[in-house]
Amino acid sequence: MSEMWTAKLRNKWQKNLPIEKLLPDDQPAYVASWIYVFGVLTLAALAVIIASGVVLAFEGPAWYHVSHAGKFINSLHFWSVQLFFVFMVIHLWGKFWMAAWRGNRFATWMTGAVAFVASIATAFTGYLVQTNFDSQWISFEAKDGFNSMGIGAWFNVTNLGQMLLLHVAFLPLILGAITVVHVLMVRKRGVVPPIDAEPISLGGRS
Amino acid sequence: MSANRELKHEFDAAPWKGKTKRYDIVKEGTIALAIVAALTLVLALLMGSPDETPLTFKGWATTNADNFYATAVQELAGSSGTATYGGPYNKNSDGLNVGPFWLQKWAGVTHPIDTVNDFVITPLSTQLMSSEVSSAVSTWNAASPTQQSAWATSYDEAIAKAEGKLSEVAAGDYGPVPTLAAGLTSMAKSGGLDAALLSQGGFFQTDNTKQILFFGDGSYLDDAGTAANLQGGTWGMMNETGRYPGQAWLWLYSFWYQIPPFNNEESGPIGANADAYIMYVMGALSLGLILIPVIPGIRSLPMRIPIHRGIWSQYYKAEGIKRRKK
Repeated sequence: MSEMWTAKLRNKWQKNLPIEKLLPDDQPAYVASWIYVFGVLTLAALAVIIASGVVLAFEGPAWYHVSHAGKFINSLHFWSVQLFFVFMVIHLWGKFWMAAWRGNRFATWMTGAVAFVASIATAFTGYLVQTNFDSQWISFEAKDGFNSMGIGAWFNVTNLGQMLLLHVAFLPLILGAITVVHVLMVRKRGVVPPIDAEPISLGGRS
Repeated sequence: MSANRELKHEFDAAPWKGKTKRYDIVKEGTIALAIVAALTLVLALLMGSPDETPLTFKGWATTNADNFYATAVQELAGSSGTATYGGPYNKNSDGLNVGPFWLQKWAGVTHPIDTVNDFVITPLSTQLMSSEVSSAVSTWNAASPTQQSAWATSYDEAIAKAEGKLSEVAAGDYGPVPTLAAGLTSMAKSGGLDAALLSQGGFFQTDNTKQILFFGDGSYLDDAGTAANLQGGTWGMMNETGRYPGQAWLWLYSFWYQIPPFNNEESGPIGANADAYIMYVMGALSLGLILIPVIPGIRSLPMRIPIHRGIWSQYYKAEGIKRRKK
């Protein structure tokens, strides 16, 4: 029984991330600052981006040019992306000044930073598929950087079809997966203790 | 690692055994979602979103026919930006490099573009044109590559000498080139070129590469970008059309284009290959961001600059912890 892959996975999951950690009803008392809300605000903005993006995907990339409802949904998508980045950058800076990678949390930091880079790529492809003047301009200008690295040979920013598929399928999947892993790591390791908090053996009270 | 540092590391890694407080994670998530959704709703209702109508070849040929005409001649002469670009469109240039790394060249030609046929001859051939234009296409096709090049290059140079003023171009042996350029201009004015360039004789198409590159060869797209404050030299990469925020998160990428040597094509290999160098720089910085926890100096900044004292001020006050002296 214990040789089964499924049993091994279940046992490992239960050991590292029991439901009490995944859905906690208490947290360390030091988690008492507005900076902590920006992580969950980033996730909330991502949820609004995905919801509005799904509606836009159902109607097609040109819908919002000719429909008031489409323009409104596009505006929701646009502003949720702006908020997402504001929240995420504040979250990132906050975690930097907390040195949040301490205590075996290196992978948590790393997945967060990779999520930031993946978000930029996802947003960038979104700007390319607006099917308006801005996307004409951005695709013409951006091609040179990608071509100079040889990346343009496969990642063609002037190919609307390719960018649209990457924007609505591949990149959100990657970003979503990294985000899920990042959040699970936060739940597994917990929130990093204050920098000056010390164990009793070093003179601390905690 | 010293014993104290080892103890501190174990303390940071271990489950928290100090004071705790109630925490409703589901409620927190729900409230956050409601706040962000409401904020987005308000911004969307009050501000809307940018949507500038795309440029068309019809608009270009109608508002600046001379520039369109001259660009068509450049495409035939092989002197346009696209014709001389290199990979991934053709082999007419080695492209950009950083030292011994010629990645653009090494990646090869994956989206071949022949500006003569793709931009001019094929579109003209797919439409029912006047007998004069049809005859010019036949004459062009029947001529040798050397003759074609001689006609187009001499006409292209004559237009350049007249500084784009078509009425002042000196007479010469330009073969069918003036008729081809005039025919393409006429086709563009009618709106036919927009569709012909996209379809290239097919039905389903989703690739706008040829249209975008043709646009970029003339001044129409560039002028529109300048008017919209979108040029790279003026932080355009992070700007948006209208009075909307753009991709502000690209500020660091855009930053390099504002400073020497990256902002001057004449300033040696870095300026001439700025696009490639900046991609390397940003790649290294992105990697650096991911690896901050293992970069000496930077990883110590949060301990040296006590911003954390503000973040955890309540905890420090409650526990009576003063800042450690380094």
